[in-house]
Amino acid sequence: MTPYKIQDQKETRAGFGAALLELGKKNPKVVALTADLCESLRMDAFAHAYPERFIQVGISEANMISIAAGMTIGGQIPFTGTFANFSTGRVYDQIRQSVAYSTKNVKICASHAGLTLGEDGATHQILEDIGLMKMLPNMTVIVPCDYNQTFLATQAIANYNGPVYLRFGRPKMPNFTRLEEAFVIGKAQILKEGTDVSIFACGHLVWPALEAANTLQENGINAEVINIHTIKPLDIQAIIQSVQKTGCVVTAEEHERNGGLGDSIAQVLGMHFPAPIEMIAVNDSFGESGKPMELLTKYGLDTPHIVEAAMKSIGRKK
Amino acid sequence: MNDLLQISKKIRISVVESLTAAGSGHLGGSLGMADIFTILYFNTLNHNPKNPDWSERDRLILSIGHIAPVLYASLAHSGYFPVEDLVTLRKLGSKLQGHPCKDSELPGIEVSSGSLGQGLSISVGLALAAKMDKKDWKTYCILGDGELQEGSVWEAAMSAAHHKLNKLIAIVDRNNCQIDGKTKDVMELEPLSEKWKAFGWNVIECDGNNLEQLLKVFNELIPVNNKPSVLIAKTKMGKGIKSIEDDYHWHGKVPSKENMKEFILELNS
Repeated sequence: MTPYKIQDQKETRAGFGAALLELGKKNPKVVALTADLCESLRMDAFAHAYPERFIQVGISEANMISIAAGMTIGGQIPFTGTFANFSTGRVYDQIRQSVAYSTKNVKICASHAGLTLGEDGATHQILEDIGLMKMLPNMTVIVPCDYNQTFLATQAIANYNGPVYLRFGRPKMPNFTRLEEAFVIGKAQILKEGTDVSIFACGHLVWPALEAANTLQENGINAEVINIHTIKPLDIQAIIQSVQKTGCVVTAEEHERNGGLGDSIAQVLGMHFPAPIEMIAVNDSFGESGKPMELLTKYGLDTPHIVEAAMKSIGRKK
Repeated sequence: MNDLLQISKKIRISVVESLTAAGSGHLGGSLGMADIFTILYFNTLNHNPKNPDWSERDRLILSIGHIAPVLYASLAHSGYFPVEDLVTLRKLGSKLQGHPCKDSELPGIEVSSGSLGQGLSISVGLALAAKMDKKDWKTYCILGDGELQEGSVWEAAMSAAHHKLNKLIAIVDRNNCQIDGKTKDVMELEPLSEKWKAFGWNVIECDGNNLEQLLKVFNELIPVNNKPSVLIAKTKMGKGIKSIEDDYHWHGKVPSKENMKEFILELNS
């Protein structure tokens, strides 16, 4: 059984907000910007405590990203906050030229990513953002799995010099990692060791991956669960080492199959250590309105589907 | 004044030489803005070519990255890098990319630019950063008139006035030309001054090709009423070479070797 237990149910976005407030205390160079979504991003505590370092840009996301790029030239460390949809696709050219190509120290912090945004529906549920961001040279892409890890990741990116995309979500979800655990950008986190199948997951799908490992254990299957919180740069060594041991793979993410975590891992396997892979992801479709958990179930992003995928992947081993 | 005139000639000749060597690029706008670049780099900007990252420097953002040749010539002639390097423009391995690249080894470039509509927002970010740290340095942003058709420019304009960024100075290259024709035919910009005024800016109109007038404007440009300032500089595309002046076909065209000799002769006369 996994050594992790649910401590409480918390929003990952709240982890971001709490860490931003901490950064305000520690680092006078940290500034925060939002495009009319201060409270939704849980940036209100920072805005209240440090009004002189908080910039409201109004509903102008393109403006916000370029302003942030400009602020880095003045020596500030800007954190931009809006929904994942408006943090990526809407402002892609601004990020591409003014942030990534110019290697500016901008932290693009994106909430309400994926299906778990819920009732607002497909216009706001971006499932392509990881792909868009990981394609950009110079860009680091981080998808923490719970409140505690979002709290740690937000602080870690302030100490890293370079463009970062940090993706988190809206609803309360299981909070199970520990604040004492170190968060190292680019280093995969082995949550449970195993020998029969490697389950690589990110974001909200990490907890279901651990639950799946428990179910598999009851059936005599020893799954390894690795949290790939950094999609780019990918911890290739950790992935290969795990698959050398287990011989087959399942990936799980709240994102399109095209361009997501699974696609990055398939590339590693193909190039370094071919092995069967099953992908838990949205398959070439937009989302729709519904409650977060209802949507995850409907689109097959839940514990039973991960268990099923693991059995299938194991069955394909030669 | 005579010194500045000589410098503007040198810059124009370097623009013609580098674009002829490159075989592609944007001549018209580069020549039209040569006088403003002369005043900025040799009179107005507080900068140190030997220490390009000096923290107290004024910042210049070239939002219209396609007139890179006039920026490169100004940087070289003010001592950022050797003038001889200018003929490597657009060549494989050169630091002088077709549009300015922050990541190459080129000193004096604050940010990559070329895709339009981003420079004014970047400049707003710079002015905000200076204001937060109570710094005195200024931010200059060079925009094209055609570029003002990008909606994001007006997002930036609105935010600059909202944040009362009086150390931000935008300069609009008002040459009335863009790739597909005259701005009035492609997408009307007038009444332009009124637009900026309505967005809360201090507006100054001037002849962008008159060194004497430009010198006076820049020397007397003081922060007004907590407003950002915009200089609408009326320029001629291709200024300095009579046969190509005001002809939008020269937006993205370069001289042949024969053209180059005639052009340089004319610029030197």
